[in-house]
Amino acid sequence: MSSTHKIRDRITESRILLNRVTAISMLVVVCIFGLVVRLMYLQIVGHEHYALLAKNNRIKTSSIPPTRGIIYDRQGRILAQNLPSYSLEIIPEQAKDIEDTLHRLQVLLDLTDDVLDEFRKQQKRHKRFESVPLLLSLSDEEVARFAVARPFFPGVDIHAILVRYYPYGILTSHVVGYVGRINEKELKELPEAEYSGVFHIGKVGIELSYETQLHGKAGYTEVETNAQGRSINVLNRVEPIAGENLYLTLDMDLQKTAYDSLEGYNGALVAIEIKTGGVLAFASHPSFDPNPFVNGISSKAYKALQDSEDQPMFNRALRGLYPPGSTVKPFVGLAGLEYNIITNDQHIYCPGYFQLPNVRHRFRDWAKWGHGSTNLTSALTESCDVYFYSLALNLGIDRMHDFLQKFGFGEKTGIDLVGEKEGLFPSQKWKRTAKKVGWAAGDTVITGIGQGFTQASPTQLARATATLANRGKVVTPHLVDKMINAFSTSPGPLQSGKLIPLQEKNLNAVIAGMVNVIHGEKGTAKGLAKGLKYQMAGKTGTAQVYTVKQNEHYNKSIDLKLRDHALFISFAPADDPKIAVAVVVENGGHGGTTAAPMAAKVINQYLTGEKPDATGTPQ
Amino acid sequence: MQREHRSEHFYAHSLIGRLFRKLHLDIPLLFFLGLICLLSFVILFSASNQDFGTLERQFARVTLAFGLMTVLAHVTPYQLKRYSVGLYSFGILLLVAVLVMGKISLGAQRWLDLGFFRFQPSEMIKISTPMMLSWYLAEHPFPLNWKQLVTAFVLIFTPTLLIAKQPDLGTAILVASSGCAVLFFAGLSWRFISYAAVTVTALLPLLWSVMHDYQRARVLTFFNPEADPMGRGYHIIQSKIAIGSGGIYGKGWLGSTQAKLDYLPESSTDFIFAVFAEEFGLAGCLGLMTLYLLVIFRCLYITLGANDPYSRLLAGSLSFAFFVYVFVNIGMVIGVLPVVGVPLPLVSYGGTSMVTLLASFGILMSIQTHKKFIP
Repeated sequence: MSSTHKIRDRITESRILLNRVTAISMLVVVCIFGLVVRLMYLQIVGHEHYALLAKNNRIKTSSIPPTRGIIYDRQGRILAQNLPSYSLEIIPEQAKDIEDTLHRLQVLLDLTDDVLDEFRKQQKRHKRFESVPLLLSLSDEEVARFAVARPFFPGVDIHAILVRYYPYGILTSHVVGYVGRINEKELKELPEAEYSGVFHIGKVGIELSYETQLHGKAGYTEVETNAQGRSINVLNRVEPIAGENLYLTLDMDLQKTAYDSLEGYNGALVAIEIKTGGVLAFASHPSFDPNPFVNGISSKAYKALQDSEDQPMFNRALRGLYPPGSTVKPFVGLAGLEYNIITNDQHIYCPGYFQLPNVRHRFRDWAKWGHGSTNLTSALTESCDVYFYSLALNLGIDRMHDFLQKFGFGEKTGIDLVGEKEGLFPSQKWKRTAKKVGWAAGDTVITGIGQGFTQASPTQLARATATLANRGKVVTPHLVDKMINAFSTSPGPLQSGKLIPLQEKNLNAVIAGMVNVIHGEKGTAKGLAKGLKYQMAGKTGTAQVYTVKQNEHYNKSIDLKLRDHALFISFAPADDPKIAVAVVVENGGHGGTTAAPMAAKVINQYLTGEKPDATGTPQ
Repeated sequence: MQREHRSEHFYAHSLIGRLFRKLHLDIPLLFFLGLICLLSFVILFSASNQDFGTLERQFARVTLAFGLMTVLAHVTPYQLKRYSVGLYSFGILLLVAVLVMGKISLGAQRWLDLGFFRFQPSEMIKISTPMMLSWYLAEHPFPLNWKQLVTAFVLIFTPTLLIAKQPDLGTAILVASSGCAVLFFAGLSWRFISYAAVTVTALLPLLWSVMHDYQRARVLTFFNPEADPMGRGYHIIQSKIAIGSGGIYGKGWLGSTQAKLDYLPESSTDFIFAVFAEEFGLAGCLGLMTLYLLVIFRCLYITLGANDPYSRLLAGSLSFAFFVYVFVNIGMVIGVLPVVGVPLPLVSYGGTSMVTLLASFGILMSIQTHKKFIP
């Protein structure tokens, strides 16, 4: 009994065991299969995704900043260069107590709070193990002072860097512009790879408008990095491509003459090489030294510049808008001829004032007693206002607008600088939309002598003059002649080459009038003719800042700031024009006496090579 | 019986066969274990950034562990059965001692410092718990009455809770599963198993409430590792990157970038499978898992052939515990199970688990080679 019981038990037991081992085997197989499915999902389906993640994990790309291109004038003189300098940089991770470090550095190097605040701002944009500049240009003394104390400043170090320098200082600040520290807003917009490790960016002038070319192309290294961020080894290195060197059309000798001639006044002078459109001189007076801006100008110095009444930071040549005054007369006269409103032989009588039919208001001529009988040539020579009042009325505002627009009035010249103003040459349509009032005949009359709504920048005036001298072939002013890098040379902006259809005899008549302005008996700038070896053509302008009331006379003792702006446009030689110049002198009084001699100095120097004074060297 | 035994050991009369029989070693099992350990050295060399010191230390441990295995293979199951109660009681005593010392030193405490070497009682209890259960259930064959069933569960969950309290969730799971496996092999009714499953599911929220914060965090991380990629999820994300980037054929030996550049933490210990998967790909993983399967099936085969209840239950339980070990580790490394601190058996760097594992294989070999002594 007990023996069979035992046997049955053993049979049952082995049956149960077999049953349980089978169950466990199945569980094992199912679970392992589950793991295999998951592995296949990760290693086959997800492989690409995870391979990319692994690569991103281990490879960190860091850029190598390129060297910024150098800017030269047309004779190869350096206008902007990179000077080796020493920067003081801090790696926050290594400087244990950053505030304490900053405080001690402030005492050691006599730093202003501005510098520290700027550093704190910069620090926020960098990772803790990245080097953040505190000072970008250390003096020798500062280098020496820090070098001695260096052991007490962990994480602070001196680095050799290149810093932008403008050897001509105030002479070029409105043309070349300057670079400055990259600010928060710029940082957001800039491509990160291109600008990491770069502290400066073009802020104004050529430095801004040619930023891409000057900057060059950043190189990079691909570094294998471990989880702690340490570099293990360099996998790949692509060298940066230095920025392109820019050769400007600017001639520093002319630029200095232009700037110096404006001495004592606020004003601008723009000189253009007619055949190419290359800008020879581009002066805005007064100016400022761009060098302090490179590494961050102190807020005190900046405020002083901003608050100065003469506004040295305002680029008058590019952005200053002035009523062009009588300098529009050659263009209005040419319009009259082209539209067959007048011929050069027709004379009108100038009594010293002009009246619209049935209106009592008198539009006065600058010459109280009038010019008598005048034709176009003499009207230009003597700058007779009445002749152009009458002509403007006969032309009508819209024809005048359309014709002068062809010479670039009221539109940007397309010069390769940022921030150009459009200016304004009014039309009926413009007044209706902008002023919500209809056009009045009186508006037309004063527009004929460049007063009223009309506004133009010195650059626009120079361009219009050059286009006229170029016999209708439109000139687009530009500053960059060519760009040269290690591999190629490329030209600056190209000429549009558009041609305004003009009749030869009409052009000749206007130019004859403009020649007489200088060479004629009654020319408004006849003082210039003395000793000239060539013929110059020009037109003076005197723009009212202050409206003289009816029955009132212009008073010489009027407040300086309310005195007329003096303008002068000219080109030479008259028979084979090479250079066109426009000058605007704020509150300069009469164009012929103040502005014209400035233009003449530049033109003469360009054509004869004689400098007005012996020194033309950089300051 | 005798004929079966002979035909099974077809190599029994060869020289090597005789030698191994003298040593009481099971050749197939030894062969598979040896292969896995060999692979362990290969991958450990890479995971430790080619550190020979690591290999040397591991080699010393493996040698020690194989020595212990050989020793245990000579201990007959009959003797083992006799030591079961004593070992178990001693183990529980040590666990309590560890817990008390942990209270004193205010922190996680798993080690008992015996001066000349540090001993982890939870490792010993991994083997003594199934031994104890096998002894108890061999003495009280099924069907059990309620009192006996409750006693069995008390025997399982006393060490489990003591270990969970340390806290060492991974080991607690292994101990509990090896204990329950004994019950399962003994013939616990399917009905009871399903009741238990339902009850455990119902009790999960309770378990949640007694878990430590860091354990809860691990579970949450398991469900959504990307929620905290630099913190708690980092581990599992980097592990998946390592495995996934390995692809089908892997990056080749010493080709792991995740481990070499320190992106993958614990690459030599708990997460060594990720390094293996990165370097040898899916192909390598399938190979390694096949080896593990062969070990498990060999163990189950030994279970089937064991000729007394104690041996059968102990062999089955140890086989299952090994499987749980493999599954929990790989499952956690590939992101299908929460991260609990369980090393990859026989491969991860570290001596304790290696010694315990080979000790259990020694027991299995003893069961396989001492069959003739059982009447």
